Amino acid sequence: MTDTTAYFEFLCRMGDNTLVLGHRVSEWCGHAPILEEDIALANTALDMIGQTQMWLGLAGEVEGEGRSADDIAMLRDAWDFRNCLLCEQPNGDFGQTMMRQFLFDAWHLAMLTELQNSSEQRVAEIAAKAIKEVQYHVERSGDTVIALGDGTAQSHERMQKALNLLWPYVGELFTPDAVDTAMAEAGIAPDLTKLRVGFDTHIGQVLSEATLAIPDSNFAHQGGKSGFQHSEHLGHILTQMQWLQRAYPGASW
Amino acid sequence: MYAQMVKSESTDESAEAIAFQARIDAGEKIEPKDWMPAGYRKTLIRQMGQHAHSEIVGQLPEGNWITRAPTLERKAILLAKVQDEAGHGLYLYCGAETLGVTRDELTEMLLDGRMKYSSIFNYPTLTWADMGAVGWLVDGAAIMNQVPLQRTSYGPYARAMVRICKEESFHQRQGYDIMMKMANGTPAQKKMAQDALNRLWFPSLMMFGPSDAESTHSEQSMKWKIKMNTNDELRQKFVDQTVPQAEYLGLTVPDKTLKWNDEKGGYDFAEPNWDEFFEVLKGNGPCNTERLAARNKAWDDGKWVRDGMMAHAEKRKIRKVAAE
Repeated sequence: MTDTTAYFEFLCRMGDNTLVLGHRVSEWCGHAPILEEDIALANTALDMIGQTQMWLGLAGEVEGEGRSADDIAMLRDAWDFRNCLLCEQPNGDFGQTMMRQFLFDAWHLAMLTELQNSSEQRVAEIAAKAIKEVQYHVERSGDTVIALGDGTAQSHERMQKALNLLWPYVGELFTPDAVDTAMAEAGIAPDLTKLRVGFDTHIGQVLSEATLAIPDSNFAHQGGKSGFQHSEHLGHILTQMQWLQRAYPGASW
Repeated sequence: MYAQMVKSESTDESAEAIAFQARIDAGEKIEPKDWMPAGYRKTLIRQMGQHAHSEIVGQLPEGNWITRAPTLERKAILLAKVQDEAGHGLYLYCGAETLGVTRDELTEMLLDGRMKYSSIFNYPTLTWADMGAVGWLVDGAAIMNQVPLQRTSYGPYARAMVRICKEESFHQRQGYDIMMKMANGTPAQKKMAQDALNRLWFPSLMMFGPSDAESTHSEQSMKWKIKMNTNDELRQKFVDQTVPQAEYLGLTVPDKTLKWNDEKGGYDFAEPNWDEFFEVLKGNGPCNTERLAARNKAWDDGKWVRDGMMAHAEKRKIRKVAAE
C-alpha cells in the first residue's frame, strides 16, 4: 500500500463517517419528539455534512484525479464507502439514534483531539475546526443518554436495549488495520488502540450516570471502514442520497 | 402568509378598550403585561399559533428532499433552512405563550385539527425544483406578509418578525438560486423548474387568503394592527414582484390571462380556484392526511422521550435538595 493510497483511504473513512451518519440524522427532520430536538438534530446533521465537505474535499486533492467532494460522495458505490458500520445503522427510535450518536461522538472526540497534532497540517486544521462542533455534539448526546437512561422505567429499558444493539459496532472504531497502521506510522493519525482507554473512561462515566450496563462482550462486527462488507442498510442510503446525480448525470445543481 | 382566515374577535366599547385603541393608533407597542381586550388576545393567539404551526408543518415538505439533495452544499443549505424554520416555530410559540397559552396546548390543538396551518404545506414536493420553487414562491409570499408584521402592535410578535424576516430573505434567495440553476440547466432540469412553477403558482397565490370582499375577519384585525395590509394588496404586490423574476428565469407563469395593466401599474391575473382552497382548509388537500399523521406520529412516538426527560429532571431536583 503506497502512502497516498492509505492517506486517501483514511480521509474517506473520516468523511464517509460524517456523511453517512449526517444522512441518517437528517432523516429525522420534522419528526423529532420535541421542537428543540428537531433543531438540535438538524444542527448536528448540518455540522457533519460540513465536516464531510472538508474531509472528502481533501481526499479528492490527495487522490489527484480531479474528483470533488461531491463526486466522491455521490458517485461511488457501496463497496467504495469507508464509513464504520455504526454510522449506517438505522435510526430506530429516538433513544437508539442518540445512543448511536453518543458512541460515535465519544470516539470522534478522542480521534479529533489526537488529529489536531497530525503531521499533516491540513488534517490538523480540519480536526481543529471540527472538534469545536463535536465537543458540543458529545455533550448533548451524553446528556440525552443520561436523561433517558435515568428517566422512567420505560426510557431506561429502551436505552439499555439500544446500547445492547449497538455495542457490537463499537469495536470496529478501535481495531487497527493496514491503513490505520500506516497512518499511525506516518504520524498522520493516532494509534487507535491507544484511544480506547480514554474512550472507555468517558463512556463508562456517562453510562454509569445513565444507570446503564455495558454489555459483557467484546465481540465486534467488522467490514465497514475497510469496505469489505457493509450492512444491507448502506445501499438503501445511497439509493436516496445519490439518486439525482445518478438519474441526471452531468447536470449542475 | 402563514396565517389565513384567522377569525377575529370583536372589541367592546369600555373605557379601557377605547384607551387601548388610542395606544395602538399612536403607534405604541402592546407588551404582555399590559391590559388588552380579550378579543385582541384571542385573535393574536390564533394568528401566532397558526403561524407557528405553519413553520412546524412546513418542515415536512422540505425535509422530504434533505436526504435526496443533489450536492453536499445543497444538503447543508436545506438543512440550515429547515432548522431555521423550526427555530421560527419556537420563537412564535414563545411569543404566543406570553399571551397565556402553553406550547403544549397549542400543539394539541394542531394535532387534533382545532387549529390550522397554512394551506400551502398540504401540497406535495415532487422534484428537486420544488425546493427552489418553495423558497422562491412560498417564502417570497410569506415575506410579503411578514415584513409589515415587523410593525405589528404586539411587541413580542413584532420582535420575533424582525429576526424571522432576516432569515426568510436568505431562504427566498437560496430558492431563487436553485431555480436559476435549474432554468439554465439541462432540458430535464428546465422541465422540472417549469413543472414546479405550474403546480405551485396558484397555491402560492392562495397563501394570502380569499379576496378582502369575502374576508370577514380583516377589518378588526387591521384596526388592532395585527393585520397590516389587505389580502388583495399583498397578493398584487407578490404577483408584481414575481412575474419579472419568472421572465428572467425564462419560465412561463401558468396564467393565460396574465397581463400588465398600465392604468393600475400592476398585473392583471387570474384568481386561484377558491373552491380548491376551501377544500384544502377542510382537510382535503393532496397531503393534509400525511402531514397531520406525521406530526401526530412524531408527538406520540416522542412521548416516552419527553416523559423520560421530565422524570430525570425531577430526580435531579430531588437529589439537589437532598444534597443541600
